[in-house]
Amino acid sequence: MKTTKSYLSRTVEELKPSGIRRFFDLASGMEGVISLGVGEPDFVTPWSVREAAILSLEQGYTSYTANAGLLELRQEIASYLINSFQVAYKPESEIIVTVGASQAIDIALRSILDPGDEVIIVEPCFVSYSPLVVLAGGKPVHVQAAKDNGFKISGDTLKSAITDKTKAIMICSPNNPTGTLLEEDDLREIAAIAKEHDLLVLSDEIYAELAYDGAYTSMAAIEGMKERTILVSGFSKGFAMTGWRLGFVCAPQYIAEAMLKVHQYGMMCAPTMAQYAGLEALRSGSSDVEEMRKSYRRRRNYMVSSFNEMGLDCHLPGGAFYVFPSIQATGLTSEQFAEQLLMEEKVAVVPGNVFGESGEGYIRCSYATSMEQLQEAVRRIRSFLEKNTK
Amino acid sequence: MQLTAKELEVVEIVEKNSRISNEDLAAMSGLAIEETEEILRKLEQLKVIVRYTSVIDWSKIEGHEGVTAMIDVKVTPKRGVGFDDIAKRIYRFPEVKSVYLMSGAYDLSVIIEGKSMNDVARFVSQKLSTLDSVISTTTHFILKKYKHDGTIFEPEEDDKRIVVSP
Repeated sequence: MKTTKSYLSRTVEELKPSGIRRFFDLASGMEGVISLGVGEPDFVTPWSVREAAILSLEQGYTSYTANAGLLELRQEIASYLINSFQVAYKPESEIIVTVGASQAIDIALRSILDPGDEVIIVEPCFVSYSPLVVLAGGKPVHVQAAKDNGFKISGDTLKSAITDKTKAIMICSPNNPTGTLLEEDDLREIAAIAKEHDLLVLSDEIYAELAYDGAYTSMAAIEGMKERTILVSGFSKGFAMTGWRLGFVCAPQYIAEAMLKVHQYGMMCAPTMAQYAGLEALRSGSSDVEEMRKSYRRRRNYMVSSFNEMGLDCHLPGGAFYVFPSIQATGLTSEQFAEQLLMEEKVAVVPGNVFGESGEGYIRCSYATSMEQLQEAVRRIRSFLEKNTK
Repeated sequence: MQLTAKELEVVEIVEKNSRISNEDLAAMSGLAIEETEEILRKLEQLKVIVRYTSVIDWSKIEGHEGVTAMIDVKVTPKRGVGFDDIAKRIYRFPEVKSVYLMSGAYDLSVIIEGKSMNDVARFVSQKLSTLDSVISTTTHFILKKYKHDGTIFEPEEDDKRIVVSP
C-alpha cells in the first residue's frame, strides 16, 4: 500500500496554496471587519440581467448550448468588442464562451504549451497565472513591473527574460492588484517585442470596462497584434457578474479551434442560464456599467487622495477597483502590516507579496465597497498609522 | 446652461449625498478643495443646486406616519398664462409637496401630505375643488412607499461576498 500522499500528482503537490487563503481565514472569524480585501464588485448584478436569467429558467432553457456558447451570445460579444474596442472577431470561429475568464486562461495555456515552454508573467499579477502555467506543463518566468513607473513593465526587463523557449507573454490591464492601465504606447512597446521575437500575447482584459480616464485600448487593437493575441475577458467585473462564472476568449481561428477541443472535453459549455444573463448584459447593461464606473472612479480618487495624505505613497491607477499603496514608510513587511491592521483596527487588506515578490512593501486595497465603509476604513488606517509609526 | 465635466461630477455626487464634507467631495471628484467650494457656490447661485435635502422614512416614526395622496386635477387653462397661473394658486398651499403639468388624461398632478385622510379630504374638497379653473379631481392615497426618489426604503443591505478573495 502506497502512502496516501504518494497518490498525488507531484506537480499539484508542489503548487503553493494561495497566500490569500490565510487572510481569508483570519478575517472570516472576526466580527466588525471592514474588508478592502474583496476582489469583486460590491454591486449586485443589474436587475435586468438577473431577471433575464430567471425568465430563461421559466422558459425551460436548461439544456447544453453549443460548446463555444450560444451563437447569439457570441454575436453580441463580437459587436460589443467592435463597438467598444474596435477589434473584430468572427463569432462563428474566433470566440469561445467560457466559465469565467479563469477558465479562458486555463484553456488558452493548455492549448499553446508543451512541456518546458516558457511563459513570461509580469508581476505583481493575479494569483492564478503562474499555477495555471505550471498545470499546463509550462514554465512560468516572472518579470517585475517597474515600481517607479506606476507598475508598468519596461521593454528592457521584458526582453531580458526572453529565451528560445519563450512562447507567450501574459499581461493584465487594468491590472489586479495594482490597478495599472497600459496605455496605447505601453501596449505598442510590448507588441513590438512580441513581433520581434515571434511570441503570443495572452492579454487578460477582464477589467477593460473599468478604465477611468479615457478610452480603453485592447492589445488586439494594436496593428499586427490580432494574429498573435489571445484576448481573455468576461462579465464578472464590469457587469458585476462574478458568481455567474461567465467569460470569453478570442483568438485567431487555429488557436480558437485548439482551445475549443480543450473546452469541449473539459467543460462542455458554460452554464446556459449564465449565457442568457450575459446576452441581456450586453444588450441592455451599458447604462448600469456606466453608473458603476462613475461610482468606482469617485472612490478611487478618494482612496488615492486619502493614502497620500496619510503618508502612504499611492499612484493613481487607471482602472480596475484596486489601489496599491506602498507601506514601506512604516518599516513593516506587507504581511506584518496586513495582519496587524486586521488585528488592531479590523480592516482587511491583502498583502502585496501575495501577488509576487515585487508586491512586497505594498498592500492591495479594493474600493469595491460603499463610500461610508471606505471613509470608516480610512479613519481606522489613520489611527493604525498613528499608533505604529515612530 | 452647459456645465463643465467637473461641475457635473460635483452635482452628481451631491445629489446622492448632500451631507458629504467638502474635503471628501473634493477627494472624490479629484479637485482641490478651493475649486470644489467655488463650484458649489456657483451652482447654488445659479439655482442648479436648489436645496440640500434628505430622504426620511416618516412611516417609521410613531405619530408622524402621515398620509400622502396623488391628485389628478383637470383644469381650464387661462388665456395668456396657460396652466401657470392655476399651478401657482395650487403650489402656494404648504401642504402641497409637488405640482407637475402632465400630458394625457388630466392636466396637473398634485402631491399632498397631511396628518390624516381627513386632512387630505378637507384640502381637496375645500381648497382644491373650489378653485375656479378646477374642473375635476381624482384622489389616490399612497398605501406604502417602496422606492422614493431613487431610494429603496428597505434595501437588502447584507453583503453576500466572502471577506477576502483574489
